[in-house]
Amino acid sequence: MAEKNKITVPDELKSTVAVTDIQEVFDGNLIEKAYNWGRRNSVWPMFFGLACCAIEMISTAASRFDLSRFGMEVMRPSPRQSDLLIISGTVTKKMLPAIVRLYNQMPEPKYVIAMGACASGGGPFKEGYNVIAGIDKYLPVDVYVPGCPPTPQALLFGLMKLQEKIDNQKISETSWYDKENAGDPIPIPVLGPDIMDPKDFDKIRKQAKG
Amino acid sequence: MNEIAVVKSELEIRFPDAVRKDDREGFQGYIVEKESLVEVATALRDDFGYDYLTSVTGVDYIEEDILEAVYHFYRSTGGKELVLHVQTPRNNPVIPSLYKIFHGVDFQEREAWDLIGIKFEGHPDLRRILLWEGFNGHPLQKDWKEAFYVEEKKPFDNRWPEGKIQQIEELNKFGKNVRYPENFHDPESWKPEHEDLLYAGLLDLAEKTGSGLETDHVVINMGPQHPSTHGVFRMAVVVDGETITALKPVMGYLHRNHEKIGERNTYIQNIPYTDRLDYISSLSNNFGYAMAVEKLLGYTNEIPERAEYLRVIMAELTRISNHLWAIGFLLNDLGAYFTPSLYAIQERELILDIFEEVTGARMMNNYHRFGGVAKDILPDAMKKIENLVLDRLPRKVDELDKYLTKSELLQSRTEGVGVLTPEDAINMCAVGPVLRASGVPYDVRRADPYSIYDRFDFDVAVRYHGDTYDRYLIRMDEIHQSLRILQQALKDIPEGPILLRNPYNIKAPKGEAYGRVEGPKGELGFYIVSDGTSNPYRYHVRSPSFINLTGLEKMCVGQKVADVVVILGSIDIILGEVDR
Ligand code: SF4
Repeated sequence: MAEKNKITVPDELKSTVAVTDIQEVFDGNLIEKAYNWGRRNSVWPMFFGLACCAIEMISTAASRFDLSRFGMEVMRPSPRQSDLLIISGTVTKKMLPAIVRLYNQMPEPKYVIAMGACASGGGPFKEGYNVIAGIDKYLPVDVYVPGCPPTPQALLFGLMKLQEKIDNQKISETSWYDKENAGDPIPIPVLGPDIMDPKDFDKIRKQAKG
Repeated sequence: MNEIAVVKSELEIRFPDAVRKDDREGFQGYIVEKESLVEVATALRDDFGYDYLTSVTGVDYIEEDILEAVYHFYRSTGGKELVLHVQTPRNNPVIPSLYKIFHGVDFQEREAWDLIGIKFEGHPDLRRILLWEGFNGHPLQKDWKEAFYVEEKKPFDNRWPEGKIQQIEELNKFGKNVRYPENFHDPESWKPEHEDLLYAGLLDLAEKTGSGLETDHVVINMGPQHPSTHGVFRMAVVVDGETITALKPVMGYLHRNHEKIGERNTYIQNIPYTDRLDYISSLSNNFGYAMAVEKLLGYTNEIPERAEYLRVIMAELTRISNHLWAIGFLLNDLGAYFTPSLYAIQERELILDIFEEVTGARMMNNYHRFGGVAKDILPDAMKKIENLVLDRLPRKVDELDKYLTKSELLQSRTEGVGVLTPEDAINMCAVGPVLRASGVPYDVRRADPYSIYDRFDFDVAVRYHGDTYDRYLIRMDEIHQSLRILQQALKDIPEGPILLRNPYNIKAPKGEAYGRVEGPKGELGFYIVSDGTSNPYRYHVRSPSFINLTGLEKMCVGQKVADVVVILGSIDIILGEVDR
């Protein structure tokens, strides 16, 4: 765009106003821009609390911190309607199959935030016999938010980082519209004498014999 | 001779062969022969007035080769505890169940079976409760080692070889440390033995309570992911039309091995872990744990005055914030989606501001130390507390009261729903608001006063219908009483030191101690056995949320499905504390 025609958008409106020009339409970027702009401002998190961090997540959604400023206040209790899974707390072995199943039920495009020390790496309870040291052993994580629990401000910052990530995604490169590469569902772990990942079944068979 | 001593000597006279004094160093109460346990417990309940069995747990004494069950009896009219110990050999650990006499032991015996491996003979439904069927071993036995086991006790030497930090996974001596059972051949086809017991038991129950018509029973699983279960809690429910005919809670989805980790930790390392039990009232958890350890250490009467006041102020603020949260979310469960809770959370945020200013954290406060507290409340924060307690909170609570209490919708949804009679409440060891809403005026702050609660002028809130509406009202009442205590405490608080002595690296003398406080959810107890080192030998949390759930089935059967979430909301559970 010629410099003289440039429209400047005040900072406070940046997230809600999209400015484009005809050249972008020719380049084929407009759809992408509109598409990402729409998605970044309507990320619906799943209403799913695991542990202490969930309390801070609820506080973030409540009046003082007000998630709706980012278009994210529509917490959905059903995975079918949500875009974002916030793992807000300790992941235990007993709970893991349910979490993986929930993730598989979410429609693409979907994102995961590991909120807090527990979800990111086991946290204070890492040594426990029933605790998974980090959800990233099973699910792909987009943003890690440190803290125990992360303050609402920290979670908001994490969500803004997720928006940045969404801004930079390209329809042509994402896997979810790609027939060939659309991901398979994640195999659901099984509770046996210990948690058993289907990927390890062969190894377990050998061990059990040995 | 005081009253308890009289009971004790009479007990010895009446059961000369079955009951003997526990004369191990630092222990109290009696050792009861397991054959006569039921008889002794019945006598305690019916003849001696000890009708309130609040805590049951187990200890593994591996050196003596015994497992021991520990019972804490109280009178529902108040007073000190009576402790019974029952021992059983480790290779055949069987103890008769007290389920027939005290229904409240239901979950606690199941927990002791799950984690310690004591079989309670005569328990009608002895399944695992926190772990899953098929789990290998009983993790709180002293020779059971978790994955990535390092050493028996902290601090672990290998974390700091020559002063350098090292990640333990890199060593991984024991790997995943799993033993597979004999009949385990293939992970895909393997089925644990008792897996179907949950549903079988449920359908049996439904047969008994159903309408008698030939209708199909439908089993619904609510949770572990459900917006109204307040976390990862699951209820398996059998319905006949809309009416509940049977219900069983299934928990353990947030079992974070608090006790096993606690037994590896040093005493002081456990304080931040207690924060994460009932994570919206951390400060009362700290309080209970500090008190239990102080009992062991013999500090109880030496705590500095100012520290006691600080403890009470923080505990009562916590109670208010917890009850605000509980009321807000009860309304949420009723379908008033988020509006009332936004009002409640607004006030809670102001209390959290104070916590943050004083302790440095909004939720995980880590505030109490053995013999005092970590930080003083500075004049600035004191001003804020005063403003809040004297001016804002009374106004705001009245506002909530005005909008909610007489609301016809609230009343018609909650009155007469989920009734728990006083007899059942005591028998099921219900505690806290649940017990008091059923007409039993039992509050540890009055029944067995600790800290400086005997100095304050306040009433034990009590309501008499035992329904959900009363459980809502009682929380309103308790907020008012807490404000009363706070007003007095703020007026009387003296200057002075806030910590008795350096709380680090303490070694507790041999013995046992049970410290309990009246947390916002009810009696929160910590049972600690010390072997004279700087780590607890046994560390058990008697959690109010967990045991209050015993009554859930009773409250729900006969009600409609939609009422279940409301009843659950009115018990006010926090999963961190239920599953630990
Ligand atoms: S990171 Fe801390 S606050 Fe969050 S779930 Fe884990 S223990 Fe709780």
